[in-house]
Amino acid sequence: MDVNLLREQFPALAQTLGDYPLCYLDTAATSQKPKQVLDAMANYYQYDNANVHRAAHQLSTRATISYEAVRDSVQAFIHAQRREEIIFTHGTTLGINMIAHGLSQQVKKGDVILVDTAAHHANIVPWQMLAKRTGALIKPIPLDDQLRIDNKAYLQLLKEQPVIVALCHVSNVLGTVNPVKQMVAQAKAVGAITVIDGAQAIAHMDVDVQQINCDFYLFSGHKMYGPTGVGILFGRYQQLDKLDPLLTGGEMITSVSFDNTVFNILPNRLEAGTPPISEVIGLGEAINFIKALPKTETQAREAELLSYLQVSLRSLGDITLYGAHDDNLGAVAFNLADEHHQDVGILLDQQGVAVRCGHHCAMPLMQSLNIKGCCRASIGVYTSVEDIDRFIDALKSVKELLL
Amino acid sequence: MSSSKTPQPVKAQYLALTFDSEAILARFEHAANWQERYREIMLLGKTLPTLDDALRVEQAQVRGCESSAWLYHINIEGKNYYLADSDARIVKGLIALLLAMTHGQSAQTIAALDINAYFDKLGLTGQLSPSRTNGLFALAAAIKSAAE
Repeated sequence: MDVNLLREQFPALAQTLGDYPLCYLDTAATSQKPKQVLDAMANYYQYDNANVHRAAHQLSTRATISYEAVRDSVQAFIHAQRREEIIFTHGTTLGINMIAHGLSQQVKKGDVILVDTAAHHANIVPWQMLAKRTGALIKPIPLDDQLRIDNKAYLQLLKEQPVIVALCHVSNVLGTVNPVKQMVAQAKAVGAITVIDGAQAIAHMDVDVQQINCDFYLFSGHKMYGPTGVGILFGRYQQLDKLDPLLTGGEMITSVSFDNTVFNILPNRLEAGTPPISEVIGLGEAINFIKALPKTETQAREAELLSYLQVSLRSLGDITLYGAHDDNLGAVAFNLADEHHQDVGILLDQQGVAVRCGHHCAMPLMQSLNIKGCCRASIGVYTSVEDIDRFIDALKSVKELLL
Repeated sequence: MSSSKTPQPVKAQYLALTFDSEAILARFEHAANWQERYREIMLLGKTLPTLDDALRVEQAQVRGCESSAWLYHINIEGKNYYLADSDARIVKGLIALLLAMTHGQSAQTIAALDINAYFDKLGLTGQLSPSRTNGLFALAAAIKSAAE
């Protein structure tokens, strides 16, 4: 597949910043959106704009059909058993908060919750809040010297019979891939509920929740060529059904009197208020976009690009890469000599190169690396070899200025 | 910015700064490209004193910066003086540009400053954004509020 043809579908990629064409290497923060996603959303607002599930009129019927069709589409995309296991959220963060809140009654004092050291704050802080409410204990799962999960330490921690194991599928900073299938099986053997943040995995690999066999899996639309403001909380029906709703009101209710409220059944029970309708529709179109890609070819091309990115960075010299392995996905984390990551980011930006610089909402990981932050270059399906060459050239100029 | 219990810079440290925004503008006018502008920024940053660790305290830290930045302020006879530092070089240089504009100015002058226009004039459009990308927005706000 011709990457240039693919790029033509992404209007944002065609722009210039000052004298430089945009070199977008921040897909891990948010991906650019193809025109078909933007059109689907505009189309909803232009022609079908109505609230879902409620009204008796045709616009609402059309909107509801489009909205609910995406649930089926997501179910097929991640191989969920039932459509009711797909809950639309505003994003991964809300989804994890919904689980952490929803499990409050099921967690008691002294219970252990294991959390991936490389986890994004969104997969740490909600558990901390749950621990505060219940008296449970949070324990980080350490990384080995290759910055992968230390499986020995993990098995040791599992002996404490944790009630919840929260992992990331792919690290948002390093791009390292966790062996989630194996880790879930190990966690299940001791009876833990398993939660996987798949935000960084979903755009780069096939996700099959049956194979992984996790209890919960989460991702966001905007990191998979879809819009912001929409995400998916997948949960096994029995697990989802036990969650106390974080948000109440609207369609999540069957009956309300001032004495009592009866909640609706899944999936509505966990979708309070007006959902992000156009965003759900945009997400559906993003799935169509991904499904239409020649999967084997694009995944191989992304792997080649990431490897080229790692090799090019190494050959530049004065670069420290963090946890860069051959089987990583999407992102490379690095620092230039002893330079502050922010200085590097500002100077790359001067040349139209967009990368993320900072702690990447993974402060515990930064602490374990003993750094304040780092830069991260991340790729998507539209990333070209020229993007990487331009990035490396820009980084050369940064090096000349700073070193 | 800081409580009385924490160590404070001595008066001379504030007054040691001698900036002239006119001279800076002239230097930036001669900068042919972004590389030269950023060289100037870093040179300017180097002229700012480095704060001792004792002064790099949380109370003086400006929130909203991805890099760490510390700001101290003193008012002497109605004039405002600042002392600031950052662990990032370019940010420190950009801070120096802010201090050049505000050093020894009255509260009214500082309140009326159009910092966006100043940065645009220096060819640094887009440096001020209300995010932590470089924290200048937060620093500019902290400088203005300290003078109030």
